[in-house]
Amino acid sequence: MKGYLRSDGRKGIRNVHLVVYLVECAHHVADRIQRPWEETGEVNVVGFSGCYPNVYGVRMLKALCTHPNVGAVLLVSLGCESIDHAELQEHVEATGRPVSTIVIQEIGGTETAIKEGRARIEKNLETLNAQTPVDLDWSELCVGTICGGSDGTSGIAANPGIGRAFDRLLDRGATCVFEETGELIGCEHIMADRAETPEAAEQIIAAVAKAGHYSSAMGHGSFSPGNADGGLTTIEEKSLGAYAKSGASKIRGVIKPTEILGGGGLWLMDVVPDGEPKFGFANINDNSEIMELISSGAQVILFSTGRGSVVGSVISPVVKVCANPETYDRMSGDMDINAGRVVTGTADLDTIGDEIVDLIEGLANGRKTKSEGLGHQEFVLGYKTFEYGKTNC
Amino acid sequence: MTKTVFDADEVCLVMNESDNIAIARRTLPEGSSVRFGGAEVVLPAEVPVGHKLARRDIAAGEKVMRWGLPIGSATVEIPQGHHVHLHNLKSDYIPTFKAGEFVTDEKEAH
Repeated sequence: MKGYLRSDGRKGIRNVHLVVYLVECAHHVADRIQRPWEETGEVNVVGFSGCYPNVYGVRMLKALCTHPNVGAVLLVSLGCESIDHAELQEHVEATGRPVSTIVIQEIGGTETAIKEGRARIEKNLETLNAQTPVDLDWSELCVGTICGGSDGTSGIAANPGIGRAFDRLLDRGATCVFEETGELIGCEHIMADRAETPEAAEQIIAAVAKAGHYSSAMGHGSFSPGNADGGLTTIEEKSLGAYAKSGASKIRGVIKPTEILGGGGLWLMDVVPDGEPKFGFANINDNSEIMELISSGAQVILFSTGRGSVVGSVISPVVKVCANPETYDRMSGDMDINAGRVVTGTADLDTIGDEIVDLIEGLANGRKTKSEGLGHQEFVLGYKTFEYGKTNC
Repeated sequence: MTKTVFDADEVCLVMNESDNIAIARRTLPEGSSVRFGGAEVVLPAEVPVGHKLARRDIAAGEKVMRWGLPIGSATVEIPQGHHVHLHNLKSDYIPTFKAGEFVTDEKEAH
């Protein structure tokens, strides 16, 4: 496997140029700057829409701009938003990546900003294309997992298949992370039994209790009408199925989005905001969860689906593992792994786990996922509140 | 029309022997029959792929078990072979949100 070595020692399996809008008012300009490279996947657009300050939002942008899969960054500021673009640029500069800022109000408006932005990207892409990848070991990989569009087959085929892949990756020294504590309600005790330390067990119980409290305050848990159409009836049924993604290895601990992972082991990401509910639902859709996994360093995302999600992501490739054989027949163009064979009895979970690990190896050797090939570059980031540096106990 | 009779072992997955439900491996049409050991049960409604059906009679209030773990409680008596879903199973944690039930601000205002 090959990767691009970054100054912090992490390695990327992609070498993406980011264009970052620092407020919604700069979003259109950022999109237009990216347009010549929209289909190639070399240039991705991310950003923060809000004009008002948010510590989490800035932490997320810093983490994304310095993600191992990111090689260069162009910041696009309107000029009057709250995010301090100079401070963000300094943060990225310190990592040695090419980075610069366009302030639309200073440069003379939309047209000039787009022209200048494209010129800077062209120049940076020459630098990126000249970089030589180095050898990449399994221990330098961080793999995240999420489920979306779950149905009654997800917990039988795709999720436990990903669990088998996780166990294999962990054996080879990789770091793995699963998340959505709101979709682990009902699993907290069996999960705590797998904790490496008593502290980790306490953190797990506390994180799931927080998710339950938060869901109750919001009026409903992480359960969509499509989950029910697909045969899932209760949150604990969905949870037990989702939990299977974590495999059977010991859980080292609980982390929050933007806390950087590494050094191997299995981690649970606590994605539910701290404190009383303030900015709405914990995560408004699957891509907001994917962005949080990526913010902690995941270079690959394993996405389990039964109903049939089509999403990909900016920055890190998304591997679609499809559990429902009927969905796979309809949507095979979007699916990387056909785990529906477990439901029909033509493959076992170990085979699915092996196929996932082989595919990850391929991705780190230049192979693309279905969603990458189809041009998917979904991104979402909203307001949230986390208390960093404290445990939930 | 010949009656379709399925063998439960072939068309259903049982995640754990202690489970009182099984998962349909394929969509089982309404009116078809499923054989559970000696008993043959006519399905009163379609059971789509991935959905649950009762492996045995489940009493009202009894825990419904999948993977050997509880996924909620039966709200009514569920006879063997019947579809187990929102109409007869409820969460022991957070009530399940169903399509069309969400109260919007607009509805609340009137």
